[in-house]
Amino acid sequence: MSRQYETVIGLEVHVELATKTKIFCACSTEFGGAPNTHTCPVCTGMPGALPVLNRQVVEYAIAVGLATNCTINQCCKFDRKNYFYPDNPQNYQISQLYEPICRDGYVEIDTPSGTKKIGIHEIHMEEDAGKLMHDEWEDCSLVDFNRSGVPLIEIVSEPDMRDAKEVIAYLDKLRLIIQYLGASDCKLQEGSMRADVNLSVRETGSTRLGTRTEMKNLNSFKAITRAIEGERERQIELLEMGKAVVQETRRWDDNKESSYAMRSKEDAQDYRYFPEPDLVPVWISDEWLAQIRARQPELRTQKLIRYKKEFDIPDYDAQIITSAKKMADLFEATTAICKKPKKVSNWLMVETMRLMKEHEMEAEELTFSPKHLAELIELTDKGAINSSVAKEVFEKIFLEDIDPLQYVEEHGLKTVHDESVLRTVVEKVIEENPQSVADYRGGKEKAMGFLVGQTMKAMKGKANPAAVNQMLKELLMVGI
Amino acid sequence: MSLMSLTAVELGKKIQAKEVTAVEAAREAFLQIERMDSKLHCMITVDKEGALERAEKVQEGIEKGFFKGPLAGVPVVLKDNLCTKGMQTTCASKILYHFKPTYTAEAVKNLEQAGAVILGKANMDEFAMGSTTETSFFGVTKNPWNLEHVPGGSSGGSCAAVAAEECSYALGSDTGGSIRQPSAYCGVTGIKPTYGTVSRYGLIAYASSLDQIGPVAKDVGDCAAVLEAIASYDPKDSTSVKRKDYDFTTALVEDVKGLRIGIPKDYFGVGLDAEVRESILQAAKVLEGQGAVLEEFDLSLVEYAIPAYYIIASAEASSNLARFDGVKYGYRTKEYEGLHQMYKKSRSEGFGAEVKRRIMLGSFVLSSGYYDAYYLKALKTKALIKQAFDRAFERYDVILAPVAPTTAPKLKESLCDPIQMYLSDIYTIAANLAGLPGISLPCGIDSKGLPIGMQLLGDCFQEKKLIRAAYTFERTRTYERCKALKGVL
Repeated sequence: MSRQYETVIGLEVHVELATKTKIFCACSTEFGGAPNTHTCPVCTGMPGALPVLNRQVVEYAIAVGLATNCTINQCCKFDRKNYFYPDNPQNYQISQLYEPICRDGYVEIDTPSGTKKIGIHEIHMEEDAGKLMHDEWEDCSLVDFNRSGVPLIEIVSEPDMRDAKEVIAYLDKLRLIIQYLGASDCKLQEGSMRADVNLSVRETGSTRLGTRTEMKNLNSFKAITRAIEGERERQIELLEMGKAVVQETRRWDDNKESSYAMRSKEDAQDYRYFPEPDLVPVWISDEWLAQIRARQPELRTQKLIRYKKEFDIPDYDAQIITSAKKMADLFEATTAICKKPKKVSNWLMVETMRLMKEHEMEAEELTFSPKHLAELIELTDKGAINSSVAKEVFEKIFLEDIDPLQYVEEHGLKTVHDESVLRTVVEKVIEENPQSVADYRGGKEKAMGFLVGQTMKAMKGKANPAAVNQMLKELLMVGI
Repeated sequence: MSLMSLTAVELGKKIQAKEVTAVEAAREAFLQIERMDSKLHCMITVDKEGALERAEKVQEGIEKGFFKGPLAGVPVVLKDNLCTKGMQTTCASKILYHFKPTYTAEAVKNLEQAGAVILGKANMDEFAMGSTTETSFFGVTKNPWNLEHVPGGSSGGSCAAVAAEECSYALGSDTGGSIRQPSAYCGVTGIKPTYGTVSRYGLIAYASSLDQIGPVAKDVGDCAAVLEAIASYDPKDSTSVKRKDYDFTTALVEDVKGLRIGIPKDYFGVGLDAEVRESILQAAKVLEGQGAVLEEFDLSLVEYAIPAYYIIASAEASSNLARFDGVKYGYRTKEYEGLHQMYKKSRSEGFGAEVKRRIMLGSFVLSSGYYDAYYLKALKTKALIKQAFDRAFERYDVILAPVAPTTAPKLKESLCDPIQMYLSDIYTIAANLAGLPGISLPCGIDSKGLPIGMQLLGDCFQEKKLIRAAYTFERTRTYERCKALKGVL
């Protein structure tokens, strides 16, 4: 290839907000109810029903806007987006076009060449649609309006990203911010965070944007990465062949690792947007804005600084712990109880991470209580249990959130500190393993390890390995 | 004289005084419906069984002292665009044929709390689009003063039913004059309240930013009492306004001394029928005689009200009516292949010509490339009209105007020229664009024997001034019953 190409990427990210009720009615947003059980005249588009805006939706949208350095539009308005589809009960979606709630923000991402700002064009609020289900047996389609009216925000970035790594870094950043705010759980797989990728290519050095395509149906970071790489190649190939890129919407098929055109610009619908007459403009007073600002939780960047200062843990630890809100919450809560930040950090970074990987879990799915981890740390520190027992107990805490004190007691896992008991066992081990004893005395240090192991085994793990070591040395010396 | 010839408040008093029961009143209403409605066709749905059952319950409530208000046990008819739980609500359209709502409109709930007995649902122009009640899928309603004439529209069924004494009072809705104009044509009184005064929750929308529910009755006193009952702040309607003055009946005072009445010259020029003009100017003199101060003024911009109105109303309608698609409720075409054809055929067969015309008009003005030139310009015009009224109300308490350029036209005359029909809305639509309250009340009879109505407009939230002025005028004349009742027709 003679020419060099640059990829230009902008993202439209939909995030489902974590409100208890829908955006325009009092129906529950809970997932998984029987079809059409979380519905009312409003979210099923009954004649005469009217929308009433959920205040919490506005507060979440503002919180996200503030955390992404946006200007808050203190008089924002809703518009109707008109299109016919059976999952859309009114045949229009209430969204924001002319006066969205947030504009002109940015987030910073880390790239190999340093920190980079990714611009946010706007954030707007809108309602989700219902879900269509196709009944193969009856050869008909059914619609479930439980999701209809679930609140969404759409975060529209500027075309500031240049490769898949930047896209993932941007999405990761957004996800973390929104999770920290508690505004959404942002799960790509479950659809509570959805990203559409707008991508074009141009010759390196050119400042004009190429014709872009929009890619939909990207359900994981992996799919996004593959889709970006695939689409970049497809577009370059077209240009190299002297063909033009067609402005169109494409659907990614992750199984086939390829995309196909859904609709071109010519087929693009005219949504006939106009101001929603059933809703009044949303006036966001200075006071309200100040209240929301004051309530903003500490975000990751602030936490990183504080952790180093307040807990004196290494930067590496702080990075890992703050990479998920849930992890940071666990860290802070556990540390508050046991006052041993480094030990808490170790448990989270080593054993917790290992078990999460083993059980394919996300940090958000962790259920154990900080109190139990703190107690476990106490038990270990007091020498009441040794580290291998501690790991075993922790796995129980991780999976079932058991009470470690009770568990250790019930299962008799406490380290035996009675010296006479240990002496008896060690004497027996020495007696039963003359070869190893001879080896040790002959200068083979390895034999000591074996003897310690035998003692631990005889003690059913309830001994302090250091004490065992000490006792063995003592007795073997005496024997000389 | 029938109980139905009494005003709603008079009948309500008799019921409270135990002179008659709610059941007797309802029975008389049904007797009158049976007598009149085959000729007039005011009603789409008559719920005799439900109403009589309800009347019995209300009567019990009255006896237990639960219902004490002036409307308890008094029979009412509702325009068929107001949702009534379990009772067919059609908007006079094939597309909502047999549709039974799952909930009741807020204004109707308020009436029920006042002890109203609902007789059934009144005919109207399809989806309230029309000025004659001729666009109804269920057939035309005839004017009880002359069966060859229209009752006006779109609340023609409600107004004709009140005039023909098929009910004591009715509810209508007014988007561009749909309460005031048929009230004038049928010789009854109707109020279009300030936008936001009566909850729109459960009113099947035509144009959301203009629609208001209001009362139709024999006189101002009834209208005030009904408005008092239906008006409320409703958190379910985001455009609902919290008011402190729902006690509209306190304005039933015979006193216009010093009341400043503005007479917009532009409303009395070319196009206004001479007899109508004469009658209204005569009414102005009567009010002057009672102590009001009259002054002519220019209310220009009114000529732009019609195009602005038809753009805004059609645009909103094109979107509001999108939900009628055959998927969830209402009419679905019998045979179709695939989703697209199901939509297309259901809507083509389900909607009438006038509704389709406005959906197309509305879709056009919202299309990309036309939005700024039409819709945005219409919104700006709307704002200018509001400003013009604001200036007028700095000088006047009320504005006196005609309701329509003529008395009721003959059947079929209007529909063949839609533009002409749209133009006849000239005196009423500005109030909707500006959100103002208006009252229409009878002020004379023309040489054809048809009633003439006059209109009083007030500033936002000034219904009481309107009621006071209208009441004072009304006391100077006697209510004239329609000819259908006198056996002339």
